[in-house]
Amino acid sequence: MNTIDVELTVNGERRSATVDPRKTLADVLRDDLELTGTHVGCEHGVCGACTVLIDGQAARSCLTFAVQVRGSQITTIEGLANDGELNPLQQAMVDSHGFQCGFCTPGFLMQITALLADNPTPSEPEVREALSGNVCRCTGYQSIVVGVLRAAGGSSIATSAH
Amino acid sequence: MALLAEHGDDAKLLAGGQSLVPLLALRLASPSVLIDLGSVPGLDYIRGDDGHLAIGAMTRERTVERSDLVKSSVPLLSEAMPLIGHLAIRNRGTLGGSTAHADPSAEIPAVAVALDAQVTATSSKRGERTIPASQFFQGFFTTALEPDEALTQVRFPVAGPGTGVAFEEATRRHGDFAMVAAAAAVRIDDGRIGDARIVTIGVSDVPVRCREAEQALIGVEPLASAFEEPSSLAASACDPPSDLHGTSAYRKHLIRVLVRRALEKSTRRPKEQT
Repeated sequence: MNTIDVELTVNGERRSATVDPRKTLADVLRDDLELTGTHVGCEHGVCGACTVLIDGQAARSCLTFAVQVRGSQITTIEGLANDGELNPLQQAMVDSHGFQCGFCTPGFLMQITALLADNPTPSEPEVREALSGNVCRCTGYQSIVVGVLRAAGGSSIATSAH
Repeated sequence: MALLAEHGDDAKLLAGGQSLVPLLALRLASPSVLIDLGSVPGLDYIRGDDGHLAIGAMTRERTVERSDLVKSSVPLLSEAMPLIGHLAIRNRGTLGGSTAHADPSAEIPAVAVALDAQVTATSSKRGERTIPASQFFQGFFTTALEPDEALTQVRFPVAGPGTGVAFEEATRRHGDFAMVAAAAAVRIDDGRIGDARIVTIGVSDVPVRCREAEQALIGVEPLASAFEEPSSLAASACDPPSDLHGTSAYRKHLIRVLVRRALEKSTRRPKEQT
């Protein structure tokens, strides 16, 4: 099969790979660019674990072929921390125990990053709506929602969500 | 288009990929050739067009959802958009892709059928033709498109003054495909119903227009008591399937309830606006 050169800007850095056109963005990020923070769960768009930002918008990297997004800006979970220091959202998730096994966490954090960029002070129902496409099998979601509210507005809102 | 003409049935058009790629991943579809419409220019637009709103096939669902023009001109479409999948799906999924995919429980086909939208099909050999939505959807995931045709545009009639709309769904989980759903667009002229469109989905292999229920509403004062009979008519007009998620009788019950709710909501809205 013919391979295609794919150039992407991933977390602000120009990256390129020569890939089969059948390869999903998730697989290219993980296999070719060695960014294994993006997790692949269901591989058909249901679980949300593979969520990344494509030109700032949350999208399923398992439902997107890498060749479809040539030239795009991609942000993955590796792009959130700054020089090894957790960003405020990551810190809020740690503080609220917003994850357990951590498999779904990258997808959640990218979806939340998109939400907060669009709506920096979401209400609890807005948070739940935005996260409705991400599946977590450990937490029961409560601590994740609290983490988002904490990141968005400080701990006073977070406690009232309980 | 030449590629499509060359490969015909062996090819699939890739729009936003939010329905097709899962089918590929699950090996439910295995076309030899995938043609990506993402690089085709000029298919991403929303514009007024002679009493209609014309929407290009590659317009993202999220763009339609957030469009003020869609909200003011085709409110039923606006109402349906947030019910499609999840945010991340709507960021990539397209209006044309969902229409051409023709899932029997998808929202956009329901709106198209309810409003008598027109679908533009384009082929490299025969140029463009217009297909009424009522003839476009032919069965489960089956449309009137020929193997060498691509859906390039959908035109929705602009809602007249006094029109209220509602889209009511019953889903097992938020964002899931609807078990069943009812869409209503009702125009009120001088305190009485002048035009009513009711469509149900999840009850057949295509969206079902409930003509008897619509007829029963014409000239009627929009009071809650007036909606019982049309809702029952809509329910008895359909023969939904039974599956793991619910029996046929349960779906019929849901249709009756959802149509009634949709009528109540849609007829309340023009009053709220004035």
